Amino acid sequence: MTGEQIVFLVVAFVTLFAGLMVVTTRNLVHAALWLVAALFGVAVTYVILHANFLAVVQVVVYIGAIAILFIFAVMLTRRDMRDQGPQMNKNWWFGAVLAVLTFGGLYFLLQGWEGMTKTATSYPVGFDAISELGNALVSPAGYVLPFEVASVLLVAALVGAVYVAFNPRNGNSGK
Amino acid sequence: MVPLSWYLIFAAALFSIGMFGVLSRRNAVAILLGIELMLNSVNINLAAFWRYGDVHLMAGQVFAIIVFAVAAAEVAVGLALVISVYRSRRTVVADEIDMMKW
Repeated sequence: MTGEQIVFLVVAFVTLFAGLMVVTTRNLVHAALWLVAALFGVAVTYVILHANFLAVVQVVVYIGAIAILFIFAVMLTRRDMRDQGPQMNKNWWFGAVLAVLTFGGLYFLLQGWEGMTKTATSYPVGFDAISELGNALVSPAGYVLPFEVASVLLVAALVGAVYVAFNPRNGNSGK
Repeated sequence: MVPLSWYLIFAAALFSIGMFGVLSRRNAVAILLGIELMLNSVNINLAAFWRYGDVHLMAGQVFAIIVFAVAAAEVAVGLALVISVYRSRRTVVADEIDMMKW
């Protein structure tokens, strides 16, 4: 077993444990912090995969923006179910069975696929994945259209989010 | 080298955990946390297929970036909806949000 495999196994188990804590812990602020741990584990997985840009974006966008947004939302909506009462609905066992069945089904499906045991070709020496990715994102022969559509979607979503969360009663609408 | 199967099984497990969270939590914010886990597991798969296929084809990483953008948009809209519902109904329990108009 090589060092890379050991690192991957440790990161994977830590990430899965953090994921389990996200879905089972009672305190939602703790759940959001466990989500930060899980996202960081995924970022380390990207580093192992040589996807350096994705790792940095994972830390900046997911941990820096999305997880903090979650913590804000938890704190803004935290009056009524402050950790008391059941955090799971009464059909939680059904969800657990369905999750286990999904994992089993995916595992079974992957076992029957011949590409499963594939090992990576060695990473090309001097290959600059980040500049390649930048070229792919802005070249018309590449993926400039999906990129622009994603940015328009992001603008529309943020405008919509501000509109939805805006409170007309005590908002400072210039009235 | 880590075999491709380890990544795929890891991502499948993370996806299942996120799905359990989506299906069984009562708090709407916790349901969104589960969705984040599911999106991340998909991204691991995309990056792994990029690495184990031809690294000169950047489609896997580009698609992962699109997923990042969509996840950010989804979280912004979802949390805005949760806060808006909380403001008018004083609840974030998904079972109790059962009216189309208030």
